[in-house]
Amino acid sequence: MGAYLRPRRLEEALLALDRPHVVLAGGTDFYPARVGRAIEEDVLDIGALAALRGISAVAGGWRLGATTTWSELVEADLPPLFDGLKQAAREVGGRQIQNVGTLAGNLCNASPAADGVPCLLALDAEVEVASRTGARRLALGQFITGPRRTALKPGELVVALHVPRPAHPTRSAFLKLGARRYLVISIAMAAATVEIADDRIAAARVAVGACSAVAQRLPALEAALAGARVDRSLADRVDPAHFTPLAPIDDVRGSASYRSDAVLVLLRRLLTSIAS
Amino acid sequence: MKVAFTLNGTATVWRGLPVTRLAAALRDDLGLTGTKVGCDAGDCGACTVLLDDRQVCACLVAMGQVEGRTVETVENLERSDGGLARLQEAFLAHGAAQCGICTPGMLMAAEDLLRRTRQPGRAEIEEALGGVLCRCTGYGKIIEAVLAASQQPMVRLSPPAGAAVGARMVRVDGHAKVTGRDLFGADAVPDDALWIRVVRSPHARARFELGDLGALRHRLAAVLTAADVPFNGFGIYPDIKDQPVLAAGIVRYRGEAVLALVGDRATVLSIGDDEVPIRWTPEAPVMGIDAATAAGASLVQADKPRNLLLDGGVRRGDVATAFAGCAAIVEGLFETAFVEHAYIEPEAGWARRVGDRIEIHVTTQTPYMDRDEIANVMRLSPDSVRIVPTACGGGFGGKLDLSVQPLVALAAWRLKRPVACVYTRPESMAATTKRHPARIAAKFGCDAAGKLVACDVRATFDTGAYASWGPTVANRVPVHAMGPYAVPHVRTWGEAFFTNGPPAGAFRGFGVPQAAIAHEAMMDALADRLDIDRLEFRHRNALRAGDTTATGQVLAHSAGLAQCLDALRPHWRRAHDEVAAFNAASGARRRGVGIGCMWYGIGNTSMSNPSRIRIGLSPSGELTLYNGAVDIGQGSNTILTQIAADALGLPAGQFVLVAGDTDRTADAGKTSASRQTFVSGKAAERAGHDLRRQILRLANAGSDATLSLEGTRITVRDGAEVRTIDLAATGPLTAEGTFDPPTTALDADGQGVPYATYAFAAQIATVEVDLELGTVKVLRIVAAHDVGRAINPTLVEGQIEGGIAQGLGLALMEEFLPERTENLHDYLIPTVGDVPEIDCILIEDAEPLGPSGAKGVGEPGLVPTAPAILGAVHHATGVRAMRVPLLPHRLHEAIVAAKGKRA
Repeated sequence: MGAYLRPRRLEEALLALDRPHVVLAGGTDFYPARVGRAIEEDVLDIGALAALRGISAVAGGWRLGATTTWSELVEADLPPLFDGLKQAAREVGGRQIQNVGTLAGNLCNASPAADGVPCLLALDAEVEVASRTGARRLALGQFITGPRRTALKPGELVVALHVPRPAHPTRSAFLKLGARRYLVISIAMAAATVEIADDRIAAARVAVGACSAVAQRLPALEAALAGARVDRSLADRVDPAHFTPLAPIDDVRGSASYRSDAVLVLLRRLLTSIAS
Repeated sequence: MKVAFTLNGTATVWRGLPVTRLAAALRDDLGLTGTKVGCDAGDCGACTVLLDDRQVCACLVAMGQVEGRTVETVENLERSDGGLARLQEAFLAHGAAQCGICTPGMLMAAEDLLRRTRQPGRAEIEEALGGVLCRCTGYGKIIEAVLAASQQPMVRLSPPAGAAVGARMVRVDGHAKVTGRDLFGADAVPDDALWIRVVRSPHARARFELGDLGALRHRLAAVLTAADVPFNGFGIYPDIKDQPVLAAGIVRYRGEAVLALVGDRATVLSIGDDEVPIRWTPEAPVMGIDAATAAGASLVQADKPRNLLLDGGVRRGDVATAFAGCAAIVEGLFETAFVEHAYIEPEAGWARRVGDRIEIHVTTQTPYMDRDEIANVMRLSPDSVRIVPTACGGGFGGKLDLSVQPLVALAAWRLKRPVACVYTRPESMAATTKRHPARIAAKFGCDAAGKLVACDVRATFDTGAYASWGPTVANRVPVHAMGPYAVPHVRTWGEAFFTNGPPAGAFRGFGVPQAAIAHEAMMDALADRLDIDRLEFRHRNALRAGDTTATGQVLAHSAGLAQCLDALRPHWRRAHDEVAAFNAASGARRRGVGIGCMWYGIGNTSMSNPSRIRIGLSPSGELTLYNGAVDIGQGSNTILTQIAADALGLPAGQFVLVAGDTDRTADAGKTSASRQTFVSGKAAERAGHDLRRQILRLANAGSDATLSLEGTRITVRDGAEVRTIDLAATGPLTAEGTFDPPTTALDADGQGVPYATYAFAAQIATVEVDLELGTVKVLRIVAAHDVGRAINPTLVEGQIEGGIAQGLGLALMEEFLPERTENLHDYLIPTVGDVPEIDCILIEDAEPLGPSGAKGVGEPGLVPTAPAILGAVHHATGVRAMRVPLLPHRLHEAIVAAKGKRA
């Protein structure tokens, strides 16, 4: 039988990671991967680490503790910047999953269809990682390196996410496409954050999920949106030429060509909703 | 590790491995089996409990995380005085629990909502229940119950003598289901039981050799192989025992059982497949109908030439000549996929040896077939086998075949210890039967007035690796494939081919839902061609009493399709108006309305399928219904009680039920083919009449006398005369009724009387299609069903609504792909947010043979739904679905292609 550690202090947890452990938080990816077999790995349960909990406004932005659950996020008092992420939070599984599943768990599981990732990319989120030898921060785009792969090194633990405060008033939104209403893995999804100054877009960040091995920002689209007036014409700025970072595949949920078409529709609708 | 927490208000200390799932600790260590496990992966929500006042899946919570926290389970809902909570009462009153396996999870999710929101609306309820899957109800009655739970409490209806039939009586087994006390296949395993883990084939087709099992045998109580099975073949038909209990050197589908590891539970779970010495030699599998029927295709079963299981058809009139004279002819080729039953309770059961008998407690739809099959496999006499059905957490045809039964029986017999086996969700999905994929080539023609003249339908089925119920599908479909219409010239053909897919077996409708997709698309196409309203076209052609079917059977009574269509007509017109108004302001979304019709023969096709029901009245005055018909959630325990009660003339509430146990009941056949109300119901009616006659005779009373039972005394009031019978003095009374629906064999042209009666139905679907994304939202279904007589309207509606949910899944999302969709997040079934509001209209065109005129409704609910939805999609988009499920990418592709054609 493996060890099961549930430390209360971060230092203890980092000390434990001197040896490999499977990290357990909400359990929503841990247990489904272990159906019908004995669980014999060494487990580090980070659920009791107070340092990893909670959402707080800090200088320059917000700190989202690694084990913040989707429900806690939805219930938190946050500015419209987080509307898109809150919409995504309500699309992660059912309420049962949202009540225990964590933000950092969604990143560390690194599914191409992780519902939280496009929004966090569009929020320019950074991932704070700690180890016994110190801490570092990575842009989310650098943190997830491939399907089911992250930049976490042995001994490292995700401690928090950091969302910078935008320079201007901001709107954000999220859209998910699935083959049923609840409990569904995305066929495609899109998230956008736009900063608005003088009725024009001062900065835009747009990301698409489930259409590439890792969710991707669309820099060309973001550039095309910059300076645009915030009205119904925003949607017209989306062009398939912006989709070069994407590489959709055929799978049980949809075909590659369908995903490409769907992304165009999702992005247009997303921008229309942001403009209205 | 020690975990201290508050469980249902009580300080509790649990000891064990902290990584243990909360669900397992509750069930296995703390005795709270009200929390059910459907997937162990957070996909189904059956294990929903409250953790610190919030709903969570108990299968995703580590016991190590529970320290110091508060856990509440379904067992905590009852009031302190032992009465039911308002929510539980509402579930009972509204028929929100069918099989009951999702009920505890639904109740806890709803409790979570009701604690936060005193009077939630439908949208809030859907959000709160979105994480719990139900495969039985279609969710509508669950939503009604949660809405009602915040209203005044319901008064539970207990019909008086003579008034049970037709009453919305609460199900007799409902209390156990809403309290979590009902015991399913995995809920009452003896503490000293050994456990089985089955090692299964990872290949669709392979040869294999077993290595040295000595090391494994040392760690385990036993390792069972094919050599341990006395007769290593089972199957539904007496002459087709083609599926091995454990494969012998060759596997024919992914998921086929190869070995059974028997030992203590922790040990069997700790042994990985890689520790089991099996040398595989994979071979190229035969996948799909084309591969199976290709010239020179390799054989799936060496003794089945052409990979053909069976074929046959119906011929009437002169099809070729008739087509030549048709004013309009339409044709289409339709394809369907493997569909998984996805009952929320995976296969589970346990066995023990009692002297020279074997006793099997198992979730099943068919205890008597199980008994005989186990006797055959074990080379025992049927008398030596006892099947005790547990509560069945959904069946839909999937629990008509053996699963755990032979394995636990063989192991318990040999080891003389109780042995249990509970399938995991992926195992349940990989190993057990599916709905047959079908390819249906249909051609229909009509005259200028829109009267059908001829049809030619060829239905080809992929029956998978083993026969299972393949012959039943291939026989039933040709009888039904012309649809519920009078067609003078008919040729239909059904054929089933073996492949290396999973065995395709029985699934609600036995192939008829697939065929209905074809014939209903043809009706739409003909109606459109002649510019006749689609409903009116069907009305014009509907089979009516007095008509002759394609098998030459004259429908003497109870053919209520035209009445169904009459009842739907105002809804149909209103739906058209609403859709037109919506589309006038058209954007990316367009609405459409569609209609589907069906007929369905009740009971076996041209085969005897008798039921025998007994009623006992003991000297102590206990009135017992001995009912061998298994209630898998559809409500036969209640229906049969209602029928028997009115036949006898005592209140239904006075009956005690003994159900399913093959030692204590008589054979009432399998729960399939929509037969229990009609066949076992008739037997129950006759048993009730028999007991009534005996009592009247003892009292020397006339047939109009009324009865009452108090204690050991029966009071018989015959006009002014009152007589009393003291049961303590007369001794026990036993009564019996049997019924076998009158049918005849079909001849070489399929002519004869395949069924004693038929159900008829028509449904309307309104959908909204997102033209840009290809998604379909079903907005409303109106379902009109001729059920003969609704013995219990709530239960009848429950069958229709649940069938509709499965029909919606068939049309839009369900497709089983071996290896790729062996879980409930890649294999999608409808959630509470996918099933629309459903209006049920019950047409009662009495069937004289049936109990109080009743027929069956178990399968008919599903059959017209997919055609209605697909017709609505066509109405909205102009796209006719030729392949289901109509996943968003498929519809999108078809919309784009149609646009291209128009451009």
